[in-house]
Amino acid sequence: MHLNHIFLLIDWALFIEKLVLIIVVVMGSLLVAMYSTYAERKVAAFMQDRVGPNRAGPFGILQPVADGVKLFFKEEIVPNFSSKFLFILGPCLAMLTAMMIGAVIPWGDKIHLFGRDISLQIADVNIGILYVFGIVSLGVYGIMIGGWASNNKFSLLGAMRAASQIVSYELAMGISLIALLMITGTLSLNEMVVQQKDHWWNIFKQPLGFLIFLICAFAETNRTPFDLPEAENELIGGYHAEYSSMKLGFYLFSEYINMFLSGAVMATLYFGGYDIPFVNDANLVHNIGVNWLAILEGTVFFIKICCFIFLFMWVRWTVPRFRYDQLMNLGWKILLPLALFNMLVTGALILLKQNHWHF
Amino acid sequence: MSQHISLPEGNIEKQTSTINIGPTHPATHGVFQNIVELDGETVVSAEQTVGYIHRAFEKIAEHKPLYQITTLTDRLNYCSSPINNMGWHIACERLLGVKIPKRVDYLRIIIMELARISDHLICNSIVGVDSGAYSGFLYVMQYRELIYEIYEEICGSRLTTNIGRVGGFERNFTSVAFEKLEKFIKEWPVVLKEFDQLFVRNRIFMDRTIGVGPISAERALNYGFTGPNLRAAGVDYDVRIHAPYSSYDDFEFTIPVGTTGDCYDRFLVRDGEMWQSLELIKQAYQKVQEFKGTEAEVFHAEVPEYYLPDKKDVYTKMEALIYHFKIVMGESKMPKGEIYSSVEGANGELGFYLISDGSRTPYRLHFRRPSFIYYQAYSELTKGGLLSDAIITMSSLNLIAGELDA
Repeated sequence: MHLNHIFLLIDWALFIEKLVLIIVVVMGSLLVAMYSTYAERKVAAFMQDRVGPNRAGPFGILQPVADGVKLFFKEEIVPNFSSKFLFILGPCLAMLTAMMIGAVIPWGDKIHLFGRDISLQIADVNIGILYVFGIVSLGVYGIMIGGWASNNKFSLLGAMRAASQIVSYELAMGISLIALLMITGTLSLNEMVVQQKDHWWNIFKQPLGFLIFLICAFAETNRTPFDLPEAENELIGGYHAEYSSMKLGFYLFSEYINMFLSGAVMATLYFGGYDIPFVNDANLVHNIGVNWLAILEGTVFFIKICCFIFLFMWVRWTVPRFRYDQLMNLGWKILLPLALFNMLVTGALILLKQNHWHF
Repeated sequence: MSQHISLPEGNIEKQTSTINIGPTHPATHGVFQNIVELDGETVVSAEQTVGYIHRAFEKIAEHKPLYQITTLTDRLNYCSSPINNMGWHIACERLLGVKIPKRVDYLRIIIMELARISDHLICNSIVGVDSGAYSGFLYVMQYRELIYEIYEEICGSRLTTNIGRVGGFERNFTSVAFEKLEKFIKEWPVVLKEFDQLFVRNRIFMDRTIGVGPISAERALNYGFTGPNLRAAGVDYDVRIHAPYSSYDDFEFTIPVGTTGDCYDRFLVRDGEMWQSLELIKQAYQKVQEFKGTEAEVFHAEVPEYYLPDKKDVYTKMEALIYHFKIVMGESKMPKGEIYSSVEGANGELGFYLISDGSRTPYRLHFRRPSFIYYQAYSELTKGGLLSDAIITMSSLNLIAGELDA
């Protein structure tokens, strides 16, 4: 086939549309991550009866910008005894994988612009949730490679902790999700949201599953009480002990992006995604039009995510962290059997319903 | 890429790794070093190193008159320097045979118990920090400030207080000081209760601390443990009761005792002691208020040879001028003798072994520093535990580098 034919085959409007959407989502994630750091400090201050950042700009809202600028201007130190290529690859991978999850999340329904229906989801992959899992699993490579390449014992300990933690919690997470998939019968995130629009939110169908998923999400994002890979009192920052400048910033940022996006995934899976609660969408479309509805939905979705982010912070500033063996016990001996039990009960109930069995 | 990575030769068999916790590790609150050998995350052996901030206080003290040694004691356990100051003053008074008025005793008890609260508060909240919960620590700091404000009102400084003199206080407590004390008595229990709620029944905290770094009563006694760390192991030894000083025998209080001597028990014992200290402060404050007439103005014993006279008197009275000169120039001689005097420091029995050959300065002075003694047991306490346990044990022993090295 001639090259020109390939160019002709490309739907250029779709291409541009998706490109814009990608840029918006990436920039949005970065912005949210930036302001999550600000929110974290303010929430911590609130919990500890302090003021928090208030110097840069009114109420300190320019603080994240100042922090970013500071990180850029810091000296970039690559330890002499490190594995240089991997040392640089680590934070890049962490950032990349964190960003990639945003691709499959339905941020809203549709908007109607320039005579086109534009979906507010970058890619409605039919295996959406599997994609999320795949990417999250890759995320551990960023941490492991960074910790390994630093050639520092503390970093290595942190990296090993991260690896074993993420591997063991992914299992319980996956199994808790299987129960959900058995109910929804789809892997596409958008379809799950559409289902939840018409029926109950999945949280009411899968409360235990959600709880397990939530705990695992804490572990996957390395947040307290599962922040063992960092553990500043034990490992002095763990896997990023040797990092400086924006490479350190990438690690810190990827944590906040992960937090934002795992909030988004949880909201999508269990809390109806962009569904506006207690509102009949059909009536609303009639009243305010498609575009306003999409904006409203996006806002509602964002509020749901913010609630999750606040939860992450609330927990971080309240509880101590687990010890390594306790973490493993919780993952393998409590969460995994619970998730299996949840799957069993869900399966039994579905079977009962399908066969119209009555007692 | 890995050209710089080189394995030690002939050491392929070695499965353990050695890491240094300290001297610049955030968990060593102060400067000391633990060389920990790890098998995975399990501690195979831990070796303690001391001496990073050894300042030779005991030697320096041999060249200083009594009143100048007070500033050295400040820098032992700087979380509760008033206890060190007063412990030193009490040691001096015992050597000199000074009789201290009751009111001074009670005022001292108020200050010492305040210091005990602030010390235990730091220790317990740092145990929280080292287990990963920051909020408790930063939240209570604001209320330690109340204690520091009281110090400030009495002696002008906050951390290294240099509070009091041999024979009493340098000035009487002002009404502002008492107001601040009342404020503290009112606000403190609420905060401490909140702090307890955050930790005492917190499942993760309990899992992290119960059974961690335990020591049996026998081992603890063999090592020479005292204070909260010994009481957590189940031995009810408290200098305030067994060898009362500063009229502690006039007060009603109990000493909390643990059973297993693990980090959780140490936490609970310190917590209980904070509540008891509050009771002591209340009682002492009440007793202080009961003094009437001239007695209510007494704030030092009548020992002109060792107690600096009022500046006004120095300018107007012959004797005051002479004593002032003699004290400041370090010319007041002390009686020949040898005493051991100890107080219940926040950290344990803080002893002063003072030998005087009758000259102006001590012939020999030894500080019995509880931190130094606890640290000897660190290796035994952490062996077989995990790295996280080693960290939390270190903070729950309340090792203060200043006291450790002196």
